[in-house]
Amino acid sequence: MWVLAAVTAAALLISTIANRKKTWEGIKKGLRMLLSLAFPFLSVLIVVSLALMFLTPETIARLLGGAGEGWAVAAAAAVGSVTLIPGFVAFPLCALLLQMGAAYSVVAVFLTTLMMVGVVTLPLEAKYFGWKTALLRNALSLAAAVVVGLGIGLVWNLV
Amino acid sequence: MKKFLKRNAAHIALALAFGVFVLVSWLVPLPAGKEAASRFADFFLEFATFVPLLFVLVGLFDVWFPRSVIERHLGPGSGAKGIFWVTLLAMLQAGPLYGAFPMAGVLWKKGASPRNIFIYLGAFATLKIPMLTFESGFLGLKFTLLRTLFTVPLFIVVGFLMEFLVGKRGFKVTPPGEGGTTDNTDG
Repeated sequence: MWVLAAVTAAALLISTIANRKKTWEGIKKGLRMLLSLAFPFLSVLIVVSLALMFLTPETIARLLGGAGEGWAVAAAAAVGSVTLIPGFVAFPLCALLLQMGAAYSVVAVFLTTLMMVGVVTLPLEAKYFGWKTALLRNALSLAAAVVVGLGIGLVWNLV
Repeated sequence: MKKFLKRNAAHIALALAFGVFVLVSWLVPLPAGKEAASRFADFFLEFATFVPLLFVLVGLFDVWFPRSVIERHLGPGSGAKGIFWVTLLAMLQAGPLYGAFPMAGVLWKKGASPRNIFIYLGAFATLKIPMLTFESGFLGLKFTLLRTLFTVPLFIVVGFLMEFLVGKRGFKVTPPGEGGTTDNTDG
């Protein structure tokens, strides 16, 4: 957050020194994009807030600590794909999962699907790319996330 | 304005319904609903502070980087160097994945190849430097390095696959509400 604020401030400063008119144009462009997306973003936040009523950290921990690593990986992929948890919540949660005895592969799948796959944001993504492309990208990312998790599970004890 | 409201009618309806739900859970009282409301407030605060910054950066990127530069470095035929540059660009950013879509739109408008656009999304999702520092703090350097090591080749493969599957004919990225703007060529 502070990094982003600093970077934006620096970029604005340099840009203003270089060309004030262009800078203003850039700001307007950015804000116009933001405005056109403000309501869809708001909907995403609402849906996520409601979804987390059912998917509390305890529920997630229970699902991901389930019997057998295979099931746990599948559950991690499903939960990670459906939910959208900001990083500042997700990383402490994952640390907690590891402490509770979840496998590294499971946590890796959960994190990677959280990052790359977004079912709640699909309508938003489809606005940019169209439904076919959005679905395909999410499906391939889901597969990639499972491979990442299994890979980490395989080599964790070797390195 | 009317058009704007009409286009967002479904979202506005959802927002109103959520408002009513929060009000009801305050009156009943319904602890789970109150919790959802406070969670929403947290998310919204994070969102309201940092998403505008993100968009200002995208806007500045849009005016400063001419099409010719993007086309040369990230366009079709930019090869391994293109993958490198687009990954680096994504690593320097911050925010949730949906914040990357507008930038993907700008990149597309300026001639980046479909492959590089999908690699950008993959790198943005998994490799942002601010996020990596956070991750290694909570989950350790070993975990973060291993995850990065496995993820990089995979999102590159996803980029190639996406280009092969949808990137050939008729592929486009349309930033909503951006309709009228032209690409900024040099000058």
